[in-house]
Amino acid sequence: MSASAAAGNGVPALVRPSLVDQIGAVARRSVTRTFRQRGLLVFPLVFPLLLFAINGSALGAARKINGFPDVSYRDFALAIPFIQGALFVAVSAGTDLARDIESGFFNRLALTPLRGSALLAGQLGGAVVVACVQSLVYLAVGIASGVGIASGFGGALVLLALSILIAFGFAGLGALLALRFGSGEAVQGFFPLLFVTIFLSSSNLPRNLIKADWFREVATYNPVSYLIEGVRSLIITGWDGEALALGFGFALLLCVITLSLAGASMKNRLVRT
Amino acid sequence: MTRRFYSVARGVAWRSVHNTFANPAIILPSIIFPLFFLAAFAGGLSSISDVPNFDYKPGYTAFQFAFVLLQSSAFGGVFTGFAVARDFDSGFARRLLLCAPQRSGIIAGYAAGALVRWFVTGAIVTVAALLAGMSVEGDGVELVGLFGLGVLVNIVAALWACGVAMFLRTEQAGALIQMPVFIVLFLAPVFVPLRLLSGWIHAVARYNPATVALEAARGLIAGSPVKLALAFALLLGGAAIMLLWARRGLASAERAG
Amino acid sequence: MNSRSCAIEVEQLVREFRKGPRAVDGIDLAVSPGEIYGFLGPNGAGKSTTVLMLTTLLPPTSGRASVGGYDIVRDGAHVRASIGAALQEAALDAILTGREHLTLQATLQGMPRAERARRAQELLERVGLTEAADRRVGGYSGGMKRRLDLALALVHRPRILFLDEPTTGLDLQSRSALWEEVARLAHDEGMTVFLTTQYLEEADALADRVGIIDHGKIVAEGTPEQLKSEIGSPSVEVVPDDPAARDTLAEQLTRFGEVARDGAATGAVSVQLPDGALALAEIVRVLDQASLKVASLQLHQPSLDDVFLAKTGRKLEGAGEDEDER
Repeated sequence: MSASAAAGNGVPALVRPSLVDQIGAVARRSVTRTFRQRGLLVFPLVFPLLLFAINGSALGAARKINGFPDVSYRDFALAIPFIQGALFVAVSAGTDLARDIESGFFNRLALTPLRGSALLAGQLGGAVVVACVQSLVYLAVGIASGVGIASGFGGALVLLALSILIAFGFAGLGALLALRFGSGEAVQGFFPLLFVTIFLSSSNLPRNLIKADWFREVATYNPVSYLIEGVRSLIITGWDGEALALGFGFALLLCVITLSLAGASMKNRLVRT
Repeated sequence: MTRRFYSVARGVAWRSVHNTFANPAIILPSIIFPLFFLAAFAGGLSSISDVPNFDYKPGYTAFQFAFVLLQSSAFGGVFTGFAVARDFDSGFARRLLLCAPQRSGIIAGYAAGALVRWFVTGAIVTVAALLAGMSVEGDGVELVGLFGLGVLVNIVAALWACGVAMFLRTEQAGALIQMPVFIVLFLAPVFVPLRLLSGWIHAVARYNPATVALEAARGLIAGSPVKLALAFALLLGGAAIMLLWARRGLASAERAG
Repeated sequence: MNSRSCAIEVEQLVREFRKGPRAVDGIDLAVSPGEIYGFLGPNGAGKSTTVLMLTTLLPPTSGRASVGGYDIVRDGAHVRASIGAALQEAALDAILTGREHLTLQATLQGMPRAERARRAQELLERVGLTEAADRRVGGYSGGMKRRLDLALALVHRPRILFLDEPTTGLDLQSRSALWEEVARLAHDEGMTVFLTTQYLEEADALADRVGIIDHGKIVAEGTPEQLKSEIGSPSVEVVPDDPAARDTLAEQLTRFGEVARDGAATGAVSVQLPDGALALAEIVRVLDQASLKVASLQLHQPSLDDVFLAKTGRKLEGAGEDEDER
């Protein structure tokens, strides 16, 4: 902690708590809130796994398409829950922050020495903890259902790291929307749009097997395709340098863009003289 | 059915339709999402038609159109449930219960509103599919039958949703309204015909009533109706059961005051 | 600039919003250390906007103000260190417990780890929330939430407290309890309190001085007694048992002040008391001596509502706009 000289008229000295303390306090609150609202934790766990179970079986025949990788469709599909889970993290992080703005709790925080960067990092830190839990569950369920991780134990760790990085980037997007619009409804209104980006990608078939030209073009330009392919490569291929480079690259780009914009929005939102 | 029943139903239906079309935030998602699913499934998964034994003559766009049409119909009913739940949360439903001389007309009104909304959505999705090059081999009567299936699916879903909303009387019931419908729909042969499913999903889909409706719809588009009588019987039976369910929900809401 | 004689000093403070009139239109005020200053006005008058500016959450359009000796624009961080604020919304997290709120606040205020739990417990005891401390705030009553709000504002031992309509929506018992605590903070601990309210009795009961604001301007300022005496003196209204005795009654009351014959049907007569309510006992004695039977006798004191009416032409209660202040 640092302190400036007291005013000398009975006013407390200016105290500046450490950044780590501030981030920790906000993150602790974020995690506590999530784990106390089980619906917020259960639905993002259950829904992607439900889709995985259904689509993994319903599209089983897709592996008979000429050129489909020599793996079960379930192995192919396991990458998707990690991305869907990241979207839920985005919406949850954004809605939480928006609720604080709407309720006036944000003003309460603004009256403390809390730095804007600490508030953002703490909120996102909480989201990352949730993303860790989600990713572990998806991986465990996938393996339990018979999916083999081609890249082995090390690859599973890299997969977790990549999925958490993706979730962090999406959480930044959620925070950006919350700070920009200040409304939980607005954040949730973007959720379907974000879900659309998953569908318009190589989520269901490899890009080279998408017959409709327009769809293949969209999937090629859609960054979500590379996030999915990065995760998928660790499951069905092993160590694919190009896929991993693109996956991590786009994930990092997502983080940089969303966090920069969220930081700028935080400065505008945390109005204090 | 008395004149009072019709006047209540007409009033509730008018309000439901008016609120939907006056609010872009409500009507647009119910139009955009089916269009999106059509594009995503028909476009993104069109290679599925290359799978050996796929054998659906009108092609994959038509194959998916049948699902999207019935899905939009089902979710049109689900969205009505959301509106009912919102009315309870806001207190407006209590006002309806107080002033309606024939309360069962309230259920009919909500269901009628859902149907009107779906006519618009269904028409837009159909035009979009035709513009996308969908091939239709059924004749006029068969297409009327196709939309008849859609009407019944919408009624079943709307009555289900109304019942849940009236039992729980809160917007938080949304997930409970939506999830069963979602699961029932997606445990049908959505992406491939039933014969190409395997494993547990084949076993579930075989006994799923939604499969019968979906196969009947696809048969009508292809000009070779299959399981039509069974589909209509199941849907009519479903509508009767859901009507009882909705009425019980209404009774629960009346008792709660 | 460091004004040691005033805890809060405001000079021609203005706040304009893009799409509306001036919410605060050039106000001047000064609050002494240890004083409870009541800022009274209807909805939409500019009270909350003033508080937001003084607590550094909203920059002023023009003018200057200092809080705790620090300029609200240049020394925002020092101002925030000097003040506690319980704003118009209780702004609590329904998922956290009362104790968790206090611990979070203490952490963010930079309190050492060893002191946080102790300070939280101390404040919980002070506001009477020890039993509910480990329950989620979502289950608290309105009064409990306000008490927690107050405790949160006191975590870092500020010298100046801003309370923005702290008792709105509370029942009488909760309101009285909060008044007691606010009075104690000011009188026993010497805290300066800037309190906004739309309730006359709150300003009357609590404030050492009152500033009345309407349409962004201060229309009157002074102690409650000063403001009320500016408007007029108390009056007594007497209704005789027999309406026919009105003239006799009026004759007897003339010696006390200006008399008015109010109700022809009831025979009611009222008299202004320029020397105050002390004359009431004498009035009763005189009426008794004259054997005048009285159906009712009522003392009317001018209220702050009368002050507002005199200054603005409208009553304070029932006045106010539906638009948000911010």
